[in-house]
Amino acid sequence: MNTLEIRNLKAEIEDKAILKGINLTLRSGEVHALMGPNGSGKSTLANVLMGHPEYRVTGGEVFLNGENLLEMDIPERAVAGLFLAFQYPVEIPGVTVGKFLKRSLEALRPDEKLNLTSYIKELREGMEFLEMDQNFINRNLNEGFSGGEKKRMEILQMLMMKPLFSIMDETDSGLDMDALKIVSKGINALRGDSFGGLIITHYQRILDYVKPDHVHIMYDGEIVTSGGMDLIEDLESKGYDWVNETAREAVHG
Amino acid sequence: MAELKTDDYKYGFSYPERSVFKTRKGLDEEIIRQISAHKDEPEWMLEFRLKSLEAFRRQSVPEWGVDLSGINFEDIYYYIKPTEDQTRSWEDVPDDIKETFDRIGIPEAERKFLAGVGAQYDSEVVYHNLKDHLEEQGVIFCDPETAVREHGDIVREHFGTVIPYGDNKFASLNSAVWSGGSFVYVPKGVHVDIPLQAYFRINSKNFGQFERTLIIAEEGSFVHYIEGCTAPTFSTDSLHSAVVEIIAKKDARVRYSTIQNWSDNVYNLVTKRAHAYEGATVEWVDGNLGSKKTMKYPSVFLLGERAHGEILSIAFAGKGQEQDTGGKIIHAADNTSSVITSKSISKDGGSSAYRGLIKTKPGVQNVRSAVVCDALILDEKSHSHTYPYMEISTDDASIEHEARVSRISESQLFYLMSRGLSEEEASMMIVNGFIDPLVKQLPMEYAVELNRLIELEMEGSVG
Repeated sequence: MNTLEIRNLKAEIEDKAILKGINLTLRSGEVHALMGPNGSGKSTLANVLMGHPEYRVTGGEVFLNGENLLEMDIPERAVAGLFLAFQYPVEIPGVTVGKFLKRSLEALRPDEKLNLTSYIKELREGMEFLEMDQNFINRNLNEGFSGGEKKRMEILQMLMMKPLFSIMDETDSGLDMDALKIVSKGINALRGDSFGGLIITHYQRILDYVKPDHVHIMYDGEIVTSGGMDLIEDLESKGYDWVNETAREAVHG
Repeated sequence: MAELKTDDYKYGFSYPERSVFKTRKGLDEEIIRQISAHKDEPEWMLEFRLKSLEAFRRQSVPEWGVDLSGINFEDIYYYIKPTEDQTRSWEDVPDDIKETFDRIGIPEAERKFLAGVGAQYDSEVVYHNLKDHLEEQGVIFCDPETAVREHGDIVREHFGTVIPYGDNKFASLNSAVWSGGSFVYVPKGVHVDIPLQAYFRINSKNFGQFERTLIIAEEGSFVHYIEGCTAPTFSTDSLHSAVVEIIAKKDARVRYSTIQNWSDNVYNLVTKRAHAYEGATVEWVDGNLGSKKTMKYPSVFLLGERAHGEILSIAFAGKGQEQDTGGKIIHAADNTSSVITSKSISKDGGSSAYRGLIKTKPGVQNVRSAVVCDALILDEKSHSHTYPYMEISTDDASIEHEARVSRISESQLFYLMSRGLSEEEASMMIVNGFIDPLVKQLPMEYAVELNRLIELEMEGSVG
């Protein structure tokens, strides 16, 4: 079993503390949902785990299968099995999806020689599964893609790269119902004994299609409460403020 | 952001200087007469040279563009003749020269994908060959000295008509001391289906190379001419100042591609201009990777209706380099169109500039032009500038201009690195993607070569 252990993680940007002590353990076979209002630090957590240079870690530890993640550079984290599905995937002009994914897979598995035929076959199947036009292979990565197409491209990459753990940062935002179903289908396809996921979202919507095993509520840089699907229902009916206050009362009496 | 180091220049080697004749340093009438005598030229060419020398003396070094005050015209050898004879067989080329071109890969390229090759070593063309079937169709591809001797009338009719001897200081200098280069003549209706190439190599120190190229494409013909250049890395500077004239007659099409990879001690100051007549198309593909300082603005004068001009410019300015490049299009007839696409990359303190002009003759009708210049800056030390000039004196013109300057963004690097790529490889991928639209326009072999050269420029450890 694989584990991603986050222990009392603290981080800041431009001297402003954003993460104030996050504790969270993901195990393979599990999908967790991380919810919370805007500015609570959800995306910061995703970026800090992947190693974004703008953020400074000021305390705590993260272990991926016992290895110190925070000591690794960005590509080492990817090779170790961590994936980030970006909230805003960037455009890379002049670099085709096919070429990018090939280089990426080669970099992620430096000890294997990529079999071109099976790579292309797998890529085509992945695109078909996510209902993407095959001509995306020759389009420049994310350039001129709609919001929904960019999100599908993130999921396609995730399917191809088969990470041990995937952080999905607001993968559902800006998707219409059809696209949401397709993206959810992609995530569910990867669920299993060798995959762990963290879905970061504002809304319950995606969680109707990808049922999480655990739900965490984040507020002002901390996880204030954790639970199961019932927590989502409270959240939908009573709002973040209620959940936050109740949680703080429970903690501080 | 990590620093990308420039790799060693691959073509920086040199062999001991060889010459069967060289002029003394500096420039005066006696030296011009010596060069002309060595070439056994007709009187009209000597006169052309002498009046060019006068024009060179009258003009001052341009004060715009790059700083050229480091050039000492008295400290240069203007003519170094490496061998007695020119040959059509690589076997007959002296060993040191042949090895030089072997190391650059010219004989191999000729076998694989060229219709004809000319190879110039310092002042003279030492090798020239053209495939027999083209010769049989009346195509002429030779050095200009041979052309002056054997095709004097046609040379005299066109030589110096596109770029007059007094055009600018460096064109005048070239007109006075020119040596070597190419003469290409494509008869009416003949399509030269694979490219011709000339390769220019500087071997000697403190030397000036002044080749002269004249391309005449008769009605309905087509030719693609490619030039490549390298030089050894010396501690003192060399000067390369070429003149290229193209005449594309009715419905002809000429494409001229350059991949300039001079060592970083070469001043590269080149005048290139084309006349395009009715329905003709001229395309300049201009890649500037090497040199210390380059000033080069390939131009097309659209003289006949429906003529079309296209300039694709790629510049890479690394440490200590200034690439001041761009293009000029003059719309002098109705229904003419042009496209200028410029891409520049600056890194390690290098500076690149796009300098371009779109001009119309007063009152011409239905003129269309599109200019796009994109600059990519790789670090804080490097620079990029854009100087687009427009002189539009007609109401019936559609002129578009777009300029973009971008830096490799941290978010692009982060994205690619999160997919397992090293920082160096991520930068490389972004740079390759940036120039991809232009590289696609090159013949496959040259696209591969250009990508390889840019990879060499980008290579190095991430600090």
